[in-house]
Amino acid sequence: MISHPMTPVVYRVRSRRPDRVDTVTLTLEPLRGDCPPFLPGQFTMLYAPGVGEIPVSISGRSRSGGYAQTIRAVGAVSAALCGKRPGEVVGVRGPYGHGWGVPAAAGLDVVVAAGGLGIAPLRPVVRALLAGRDRYGRVSVIAGARSPATLMYPRELARWSRQGADVQVIVDHPDHAWHGPVGLVTRLVDRIVFEPRRTHAFVCGPEAMMRATAEELLRRGVAPARVELSLERNMKCAVVRCGHCQFGPLFVCEDGPVLGYDRAGPMLAVAEL
Amino acid sequence: MDAVVIESLEPLIAELRSRGFAVVGPVVRDGAIRFEEIASAGRLARGVTDDQEPGRYRLRETGDEMIFSFAASPDSAKRYTQPPRQALFRMRGERIEEAEEEAPRIALLGVRACDLAAIGVQDRVFLGGRHPDPAYRLRREALLLVAVNCAVPGGTCFCVSMGTGPRVTAGHDIALTELAAPHRFVVEIGSERGEEIVRALPRAPASARDQADAEEVSRTAAGRMGRQVETEGIQERLSAHDSPRWQQVGARCLTCANCTMVCPTCFCTTVEDSTSLADGTAERVERWDSCFTLGFSEVNGTPVRGSNPGRYRQWLTHKFSTWIDQFGMSGCVGCGRCITWCPVGIDVTEELANLP
Ligand SMILES: Cc1cc2nc3c(=O)[nH]c(=O)nc-3n(C[C@H](O)[C@H](O)[C@H](O)COP(=O)(O)OP(=O)(O)OC[C@H]3O[C@@H](n4cnc5c(N)ncnc54)[C@H](O)[C@@H]3O)c2cc1C
Ligand code: SF4
Ligand code: SF4
Ligand code: FES
Repeated sequence: MISHPMTPVVYRVRSRRPDRVDTVTLTLEPLRGDCPPFLPGQFTMLYAPGVGEIPVSISGRSRSGGYAQTIRAVGAVSAALCGKRPGEVVGVRGPYGHGWGVPAAAGLDVVVAAGGLGIAPLRPVVRALLAGRDRYGRVSVIAGARSPATLMYPRELARWSRQGADVQVIVDHPDHAWHGPVGLVTRLVDRIVFEPRRTHAFVCGPEAMMRATAEELLRRGVAPARVELSLERNMKCAVVRCGHCQFGPLFVCEDGPVLGYDRAGPMLAVAEL
Repeated sequence: MDAVVIESLEPLIAELRSRGFAVVGPVVRDGAIRFEEIASAGRLARGVTDDQEPGRYRLRETGDEMIFSFAASPDSAKRYTQPPRQALFRMRGERIEEAEEEAPRIALLGVRACDLAAIGVQDRVFLGGRHPDPAYRLRREALLLVAVNCAVPGGTCFCVSMGTGPRVTAGHDIALTELAAPHRFVVEIGSERGEEIVRALPRAPASARDQADAEEVSRTAAGRMGRQVETEGIQERLSAHDSPRWQQVGARCLTCANCTMVCPTCFCTTVEDSTSLADGTAERVERWDSCFTLGFSEVNGTPVRGSNPGRYRQWLTHKFSTWIDQFGMSGCVGCGRCITWCPVGIDVTEELANLP
C-alpha cells in the first residue's frame, strides 16, 4: 500500500544539545536515505513513540545533513522529545508549510525580530541572509528573551554580529549581570537602522509580540506585505485533514505558518478567529 | 441502459450479496432510522415516516407498504467513508507498520441526493488536495451506492437551497424511485458497475407513466422542503464577525458537538496514542473530533476559541463560507441533521437568516 500521509519516517537522534533549562536542540537523521530538503520557516511533525506528535520548526541543517530542531518542554510530547538521547528514534513527517519569503528580501534592508523560542524558525533565515550577505542592505537581528538565562543561541548571535548583522538583544527580567536594554522586543525597533520603504521583515514569537512588532514596523512605514509572521495554531496532521489549524479561510499548516501581515493582520484583529 | 422497473428489492439485495457486498440499509432501531447490515429486504424499515423539527425526531407509523418514506437518518455515509476511529500505524522498536487496510465491499442502500453530495465533498477533502489519503481511496472504491430519490423530505431539509437534491443526479451507481399503487421501483443507472448489477435482475422496461410518476415524486419533494437558505451573498453575511447574533446563539449552544458528529461532511479529527503494556508496541489512532471541543484550538495551554460564541461562529462560518474558499464548494449539503439533532434546537437556517 502507498504510504499514508499520517505515517512518519523513522529518524535517529544524532546529537542532543541543551540550550537552556527547558529547551534542547536535537539533530535528526533518517535511518535510511537523506533528509528531504527544507525551506526556512518550514516545520516537521515530530512523533515521540506512544506519546504523541507535535509541530516543530526546522531550526537548521546539521553538518551531517540532518535536521536541527529546537524543542521546549511544555507538555507531554515536547517533554518526551526533549528527553530523547543520541541513538534513540523518533518519527518525522514533513517538512511542511509555506516558509519565509527570503528571496523577496533581496536588495532590501532586512529586519529579523524574534521573541523567545521564535528565534528557532528564524535561524535558517539569518544563516541564509548572511551566507549571501552582499545581496541585502542592512541586516538587523533583534531578539528578546524573558531573562538572560533564557536567551537562545547566544554564541550564534555573537557570530552573526561578526558576520555582518546588527544584533541587538533585550530581556524582560534582567539579572544583576545584565547591562543591556530591558523591556520588550518592540523597543529595539528604535535602535536599529533601516529604510522603512525599502525594508523586509521576518517576525516570530508569541502572537502578542508579533502583532506589536508588526504594528511598530508599519508605523515606521514598512509595507504590511513586507512584514512576515509565523503563526502558531493547534496542529494534529499538517496535511489539511484534521481541521485544527484553521484560521478563517486558511489552513495554517499549508497556507502558513508564515503569512504576510497584509493578510494576517486584519484576521488577528478578530477575536477567536 | 434506459430506466427499468423492479417489483421488489429482494433480488437486488441478493445480487449485491452474491457479488461480495455487505448490504447496509435503513432499519428501525433505537426509535430511529439507522443504517446497518441487512440480509434481506424484510429487515428494511417499512411503513414508517419521521417527523423532524429543530431538536426533535420521532418515528410515526403510516401503515402503508412504502419503505423509504423518511428523510435523513442520524447515520450518514461518513461512518463508512471515514470511520469514527481508524488505526493509523504501529511502531515496534525502530519499525513502523501501517494499519492493514482491508476496505470491505459495502453497498449502501438508501442514500439520498444530499448524502451523495456529501460524499463528493469528502472526496474533495481527502483526495483532491496535495496529500491524498490512500486508505480513504480504498474504502471509497469498495463502496457501491444505491441511492433513493427522496419522496418525503423532513421538516429540517433544505437540499433545494444548497443545490444538492432532492433528485439524484450524480455520484450514484444505481438510483431508485419508490412508487405506490402498485408498489414498484423505477431504477436508473449511474455507472457501469451499477448497470452490470441491474442487468442481472428480473426487470421490465420503465413505461412513460412510470417515468412520469418518478419525476413527479422528485417535483413534489422539491416543493416540500422544511427549510431554506438564501445562498446569494452568504459569504458576505458570514463575514459579520461582530454581529450580536453570535452572542445570542452562543448563549443557547451547549457546545455538545452533536451537530458536527451527525454532519455528513464534517471531517475534523484528532489522534490518540497508546503503548501496549505487553510488548511496548506504540499505536496511533485517528478519530472524529469537533471544533466545539475546547482542546481543538488549544495553543500554549489556552484555546484560541474559548467562548461558545467563538466556537459556534467557527462552525457556521466554516460550513457555509470558508469551506468555499478552501475547497471551492459549500461544506453544507442541506441534509438538516444538525438542526434535528441539536438538543436545544439551534437551526442553522435561522441563524443564517438572522445575520445582517
Ligand atoms: C508551525 C509550528 C512550529 C512550532 N515550532 C516549535 C519549535 O520549533 N519548538 C518548540 O518547542 N515548539 C514549537 N511549536 C510549538 C509546539 O508544537 C508545542 O509546544 C507543542 O505542540 C506542545 O505539545 P505538548 O504535547 O508538549 O504539550 P501539550 O500537553 O499538548 O500542551 C501543553 C500543555 O502544557 C501547558 N502549557 C503549554 N504551553 C504552556 C505555556 N507556554 N505556559 C504554560 N503552560 C503551558 C498547558 O497545560 C498545555 O495544555 C511549534 C508550533 C507550530 C504550530
Ligand atoms: S451543516 Fe447541517 S444541514 Fe448542512 S450538511 Fe452538515 S448536518 Fe447537514
Ligand atoms: S449547535 Fe446544537 S448540536 Fe451543535 S454543539 Fe451547539 S448545542 Fe450541540
Ligand atoms: S494541522 Fe491538520 S488541517 Fe492543518
